[in-house]
Amino acid sequence: MSNTLSAKERLAIERVAMPELAAGVRSGNFEEVNRGLSADQALAEAHRCLQCSNRPCVAGCPVGVSIPEFLNALASGDLPRSAQILRGDNALPAVCGRVCPQETQCEALCVRGIKGEAVAIGYLERYVADWAMNHPDELLHEQMPTATGKSVVVVGSGPAGLTAAGELARRGHAVTVFEALHATGGVLRYGIPEFRLPKQIIDREVALLNRLGVVIECNVIIGKTLSIAELRRQFDAIFIANGAGLPVMLNIPGENLKGVYAANEFLTRVNLMEAGRSDDSPTPIIKRREVAVIGGGNTAIDCVRTARRLGAERAMIVYRRGEAEMPARTEEIKHAREEGVEFVMLTAPTAILGTKDGWVSGLSCQKMELGSPDASGRRRPEAIKGSDFELPAGVVIDAVGTGANPLLTASAPDLSLNKSGNILISSAGETSIPGVFAGGDIVRGGATVILAMGDGKRVAAAIDDYLNGK
Amino acid sequence: MFNVISNEILAENLHKMVVAAPRIARARKPGQFVMVRLAEGEERIPLTISDADPAAGTITLFIQAIGSSTRKIVATEAGGSIRDVAGPLGKGTRITNWGRVVCVGGGVGTAVLFPLVKALKEAGNQITTIIGGRSSCLIILADELTPLSDTFIIATEDGSLGTKGFVTGPLADLLADPERVPQAVFAVGPVPMMRAVADMTRPLGIETIVSLNPIMIDGTGMCGGCRVQVGSETKFACVDGPEFDAHQVDFDGLIDRLTSYRTEEAVSLKHTAAECKIGRGMTQ
Repeated sequence: MSNTLSAKERLAIERVAMPELAAGVRSGNFEEVNRGLSADQALAEAHRCLQCSNRPCVAGCPVGVSIPEFLNALASGDLPRSAQILRGDNALPAVCGRVCPQETQCEALCVRGIKGEAVAIGYLERYVADWAMNHPDELLHEQMPTATGKSVVVVGSGPAGLTAAGELARRGHAVTVFEALHATGGVLRYGIPEFRLPKQIIDREVALLNRLGVVIECNVIIGKTLSIAELRRQFDAIFIANGAGLPVMLNIPGENLKGVYAANEFLTRVNLMEAGRSDDSPTPIIKRREVAVIGGGNTAIDCVRTARRLGAERAMIVYRRGEAEMPARTEEIKHAREEGVEFVMLTAPTAILGTKDGWVSGLSCQKMELGSPDASGRRRPEAIKGSDFELPAGVVIDAVGTGANPLLTASAPDLSLNKSGNILISSAGETSIPGVFAGGDIVRGGATVILAMGDGKRVAAAIDDYLNGK
Repeated sequence: MFNVISNEILAENLHKMVVAAPRIARARKPGQFVMVRLAEGEERIPLTISDADPAAGTITLFIQAIGSSTRKIVATEAGGSIRDVAGPLGKGTRITNWGRVVCVGGGVGTAVLFPLVKALKEAGNQITTIIGGRSSCLIILADELTPLSDTFIIATEDGSLGTKGFVTGPLADLLADPERVPQAVFAVGPVPMMRAVADMTRPLGIETIVSLNPIMIDGTGMCGGCRVQVGSETKFACVDGPEFDAHQVDFDGLIDRLTSYRTEEAVSLKHTAAECKIGRGMTQ
């Protein structure tokens, strides 16, 4: 296919469908569900891009990827060039191509979506990023800048931290990343299951950052192992991106029963510690036939699909609004349903029920109906009187959200926080301590990978200005 | 990688391991712990930091090998290494000069008690240490605790060493004696022991501190697995503790949550019992 198609010819091409592992097979294993496009599929899909001059898709991308340009290079068959453009704008394209909600970002603004279907930008991003990982020898050599002699420390190796590290290294600064856990990636590794984001992808993205000279050290907990004050003495600037690692509980009776997990614990056990992944995994996990996950976001969907893979016959999402109001990605909801997940909608748990010996036996619930819109613009759920019922469950997972982990902030009293414990920053991303910047979920509260990456990219530019005395 | 500087066997299945961890050695306060993962794929477990030498850049861990993870860790010889050691975690012990302090240790809890006794002694307290276990083979660190204690008492359930009975026996004697009644009590050990101590000191209004060891995964407050009810609040032992006011802790809830993985615990207990017999056989 040549890259000289007319607009009419481009319009005639239908949007590609992502090849998927069959639902019956995948609901019993942790293999990646989306298999990735073939070369032919990717080439054809890239030709669907009309190369509009006003580039609306780019405005929809929190890291501002030059979408028409990388698609154009791909359509021309110049994969090294396409990869160079993509990687120049996005430090973690293989991650974004898998977990970004493109349907509400770049693809939502794609001109082709007005009448028909948007270009599958996310699938193509993944295709080019994966190609780059598999063809390191064919990549165009990145011109490394001369060392500035300035040093930056990044706290946390999640999406915001890794993005900032890459951006700062590309500007010639010496970058050290401290990670509290024993493995890199933050929420990408402990939070997002492998059937959505294989760990190997994180390892390879991290390896590419190492090649840029980024030094990552695990098992260093800022606020405990080292203080912000010590970091200030050792580095010229600090970027705090330690995430939203604090579980939020529902505060309903029964939350301390055995078999009740916060989503963070459940996912960390399975994703980071490989609990339940083999019969002799050193880290245990409670498996039950009926598992109820409370919440409607991507984390809730990740939990319920994980529970299904661990053998739950009845894996349920319990959500107080309706499916249309669920914050989870449409694709995740679709995948979960195909895998046999049940959706118990318009249902609010009022208590977790237990057996005499302290094990979870189910949820006491109330049916809800949607009233007028609340502050978030979504219709407010209201309890229907006399609608109480019980839902049997042996494991209950609280996936209603996460808050700001106070471990670091408690150790740095000079750091201004909001009421929820999130770090307050200026428009440039600087905290109340000069030279100390912050971004990602520790600033936003629980948000998305790509918004954290957007922060990492934007704040890295601000840190660069700061280091250059601008 | 964290190098193992030395690994000394103090008693049957009780090891004293010195590990190079300069940053942790500098930052550590008594009462804090580290999360340890021996190798790729292994469990993360919390271990109390028993001592630290900031100049040498080392921390000391007393490890009783009772489960599969601790057994693998103590099998690491000097010159070997531990993949992950993260910390120091938890809040340090509130160390002050109370005057008379009783420190009660049960079983493996004695290893957690050791750094508290040391710090309390350094703060000028007059210390009575009471340690106990089912049998003499489960009494640990007696030689190390004796020089730190003004009075040192051992209690075994089978009477094979020291007083016959529970640690609460000698404690009751102290509480009943106006000359010896302490201003504070520290208790670390099996939950029923800590609950019994709390029940004894509560009516007397004696400040009592327990160090809890619930199930932990990350140790940084991220997962909430270590949650425990203290007064009317849910606390995370890893960041809010591990030490709490014994009179406020919901011990029943704690005991219950500790049985979440009882299948695995049963395996550990079986090992302990077997080890005890081996220990006797060897000393006969």
